[in-house]
Amino acid sequence: MKVDWKSTLWPGGDPRVPGLALLLALLGIAMIYSAGHVEVPSVATGAWRKQLIWLGMALVAFVVVSRIPLRWLDWASVWMYAASIVLLVVVLLIGRGPNTRSWLYVGPIGMQPAEFAKLSTILLLSRTLSSYQEPIGRLSQLIRPVLIVLLPFSLVALQPDLGSSMVFGAILIAGLFWAGIPVATLFMLVSPGISLLLGFSPLVWGVWFMALAVFLYLYRPYAAEGILVLLANVAGGALTLPLWRSLAPYQQNRLIVFLDPTVDPRGAGWHLIQSKVAIGSGGWYGQGFTQGPQKRLAFLPEQHTDFIFSVVGEELGFLGVTIFLLLLVWFLHRVLAVARAAEDPFPSLVVFCLFAVWLVHVIINVGMTVGLMPITGLPLPFLSYGGSFLLMLFVGLAIVSRTSAEA
Amino acid sequence: MAAEGLLLGVFALLGLVFFRLQVLRSSTFELRSQENRLRAITVPAPRGTIYDRHGRIIAENVPGYSISLLPGSSDTLRATLDRLASYLHLSEAEREVLLAKHARFPNQPLVVRDDASFAEVSAIEERRPEFPRAVVEMRPRRHYPAARAIAHLVGYVGEISEAELERPKYLGYDPGRIVGKDGIERRYEATLGGVPGVRFVEVNALGSIVGDFGPRPAIEVRPGTDLTIGLDLALQQYVDSIFPEGMRGGVVALDPSSGDVLVLYSHPTFDPNAFIGGIDVGLWRSLRDDPAHPLLNRVSTASYPPGSIFKLMVAAAGMADGKLSISSYMPTACGGGLAYGNRFFRCWKPGGHGLLSLADAIQESCNVYFYQAGMRVGLDDLLAAATRYGFHDPTGIDLPYETSGVFPSSREWFDERYGTRGWTQSVVLNLSIGQGENQQSLLRMAQFYSALATGGSPVVPHIVRSEGLAGRRATWELDLTEARRRQLVAALTAVVNEPGGTAYPYRSTRWRIAGKTGTAQNPQGLPHSWFVGFAPPEDPEIVIAAIVEFGHPDNQVSLAVPYGIGIVERYLDSLYPEVPFRREARAEEPPAAAAGIDEAEAVLDRGVSDGDTP
Repeated sequence: MKVDWKSTLWPGGDPRVPGLALLLALLGIAMIYSAGHVEVPSVATGAWRKQLIWLGMALVAFVVVSRIPLRWLDWASVWMYAASIVLLVVVLLIGRGPNTRSWLYVGPIGMQPAEFAKLSTILLLSRTLSSYQEPIGRLSQLIRPVLIVLLPFSLVALQPDLGSSMVFGAILIAGLFWAGIPVATLFMLVSPGISLLLGFSPLVWGVWFMALAVFLYLYRPYAAEGILVLLANVAGGALTLPLWRSLAPYQQNRLIVFLDPTVDPRGAGWHLIQSKVAIGSGGWYGQGFTQGPQKRLAFLPEQHTDFIFSVVGEELGFLGVTIFLLLLVWFLHRVLAVARAAEDPFPSLVVFCLFAVWLVHVIINVGMTVGLMPITGLPLPFLSYGGSFLLMLFVGLAIVSRTSAEA
Repeated sequence: MAAEGLLLGVFALLGLVFFRLQVLRSSTFELRSQENRLRAITVPAPRGTIYDRHGRIIAENVPGYSISLLPGSSDTLRATLDRLASYLHLSEAEREVLLAKHARFPNQPLVVRDDASFAEVSAIEERRPEFPRAVVEMRPRRHYPAARAIAHLVGYVGEISEAELERPKYLGYDPGRIVGKDGIERRYEATLGGVPGVRFVEVNALGSIVGDFGPRPAIEVRPGTDLTIGLDLALQQYVDSIFPEGMRGGVVALDPSSGDVLVLYSHPTFDPNAFIGGIDVGLWRSLRDDPAHPLLNRVSTASYPPGSIFKLMVAAAGMADGKLSISSYMPTACGGGLAYGNRFFRCWKPGGHGLLSLADAIQESCNVYFYQAGMRVGLDDLLAAATRYGFHDPTGIDLPYETSGVFPSSREWFDERYGTRGWTQSVVLNLSIGQGENQQSLLRMAQFYSALATGGSPVVPHIVRSEGLAGRRATWELDLTEARRRQLVAALTAVVNEPGGTAYPYRSTRWRIAGKTGTAQNPQGLPHSWFVGFAPPEDPEIVIAAIVEFGHPDNQVSLAVPYGIGIVERYLDSLYPEVPFRREARAEEPPAAAAGIDEAEAVLDRGVSDGDTP
């Protein structure tokens, strides 16, 4: 019997999406290979081989998941969500990690339940949002979607994993945006968060609060909603300092250092300063593949995971950075096109949320290497070393490809 | 299309940020990247070797090891030092000193051990991963084979002090550099020291050296220049070996024609090798607090009352002024002392010397004669002569810390010190026999006697043999006619060789030596014993000045005299091994040269009418 390999392995749809993904993943392994070339004994040495194995497993997962019809996922989303919440609770109880309890170990293999939770939350959020028959206009209609995201968000924040918490926030905003919620409603939803940030300075917060009141007066939502938004903003501003104090010291440091890396050049500022030195010394064409002295002499921290893009900057220069950024933007643009082309709301929402998650990962990770973003442990899609992250990336990719094929 | 716009906008922003960092500001970061990983390691220059006049080694370099730590945060260094402590035997106090040093020079490698033993080095090398910042280097280590015998002359080396770092002389010197601390090591630092090189090494984030940094070549070491000194090491070691046991003192010997210092010895002495690599605190304290002051250079830095050896200065001043001749008699014969004003000034010989000529007074060292000779010269002319003969200036030897001694410069000197009515003319009596306000270094007296030995301007004593220094003359001269100088030389020869001469009991059986003994009263205890002399008298090859502190327990024993004569004998023996018992040969027939002098003097004396009563 002749097996049709093409239809077995390939779900169809836009070939550029998995094609670009595979290209980026292979280039990523090349960068991990380079990250292992250091003068100091490092876990990064040999990591590229493990990543290659993980890529193989990710491709198998891609083929398997892309065989699953999208409506099965729609149906299974509740169970997957429930499973991921259980895992997040388990990881809080028995998880391990350097700063955070974010790793779960099955034998020697570690995984981060937060990665799985991101996917399942996207699925359940999309299922909920796509079930609404009419456009959402009232804040009260948002209670369910907000709760769906708030639960994993809180569990991840307890680990505490600042970066992943931010990703859950992005999932909620992306989902609501793609579901057609007016930007003004979204703004009202986000406003307590802004109050939370501005609460450090009573004066700035006061100005913000006045502006918000003027906006609500002009926009004229339901009175209850307006009052609720104002109260939430008061609460946000008031909670700033207690929340700040509840942050782990390393997280406080990272935020302070984000604002001024020279505060602590040997401690928390070290990563950022060394990363900028590495990238800056790359120049137009870089120091050459595997040759970057900052990386080689271990000045660059976490060079195969969080700061892999600094290696790109140092060794391949602005030219290499531009090529990687173009490949990433091309890939993300294709994913966005799939979300647009999808006819059913559920897959469209799922793909858009995946797009948003990956975009946020890229912005936060690349941004932190140059000091645009606070330093978090968010990996860079396709490039950073990390098995479960790569696996979930290709599972998400399978859904994108399936969506593209079904459209 | 909002989403596409956001996507492109975000990536455009990221691209711009990278463009700014990697293209516009890339040179800044390029530099920071190099600073990050480059460390300059100083490679010490080997110091020049020091040889004596016969090529024997005075100071040399032997292989040694230094252990230093690359710069880092003080916490890191503290932790590393604590771990190193047990292998290097660093006390808590030593670690604190090192940390304080690091705090002042945070970007310099911290030298933990200058002079590590092989065991210490292997202990560190075996535990390399524990001490990533430790740098073990071969570095030349100073060694002085003759050790105690040459300590005060050669000095020693040590790590540059903070006070020295601030002096212009040490401009461009880095902390941790080894510099000369005393003696010729200090005086000739610029010549001996050389210029250290710099190695640029690449370090990793832990501070371990990865290797030499290719793009920046090392700065080559410029080794120090070798020096040859005029010292006779064998003689110096002989001098050290025969120094009277349990006594203190010093010896300097010059070649009066070249100015070469043949011997420069001070006792008690110390082992300069103990200073290499940092002297043990306990040993340092014991040296510093020792009442015998072993670190003091008794030849050029200390000064003593010269006692009777100063009488020749009075004689020379008087003869130059025409107030004295070799055959001058004084009005009062020596009866054991001289009454002057309301005081009685003693002679050393209680029974008295009777009536003496100048020649006899020198031979027998009569105080009563010189009291009167001094008065005849007069205080003003005596003070003027002292200035004329350089007694107010250092000799200019190439050693650090030379003293210029003490001698009054004028009447005002006394007025300032004692008030215009606080002193009388009688000071001239004490000054004339080398007592009173009179302190001279051995070196100064040796130079004065070399003027007596050779005539004219004496040589400036110098340690290092070089074009510029050899045969250099002092700015002053002994303004005596050759005939009169020879008369004084003859009197000095009689001191040692004629019965009745104060050094006669110690005379050499082999060589004719001219010289003068001295017994210097001092408030600290027994008189100091001096001997200053030269030989052979007619054509001197060596001038010697020796002192043994408190070396004159009674009139019969004067420790410096046999000591000084023994050194001169030894030197002449080494110069003329084929002419033994030269003195005996001469003693058979009266020396022709001496007879010649007498004739010449007679001729000259006829030409001079100084109105002196014989």
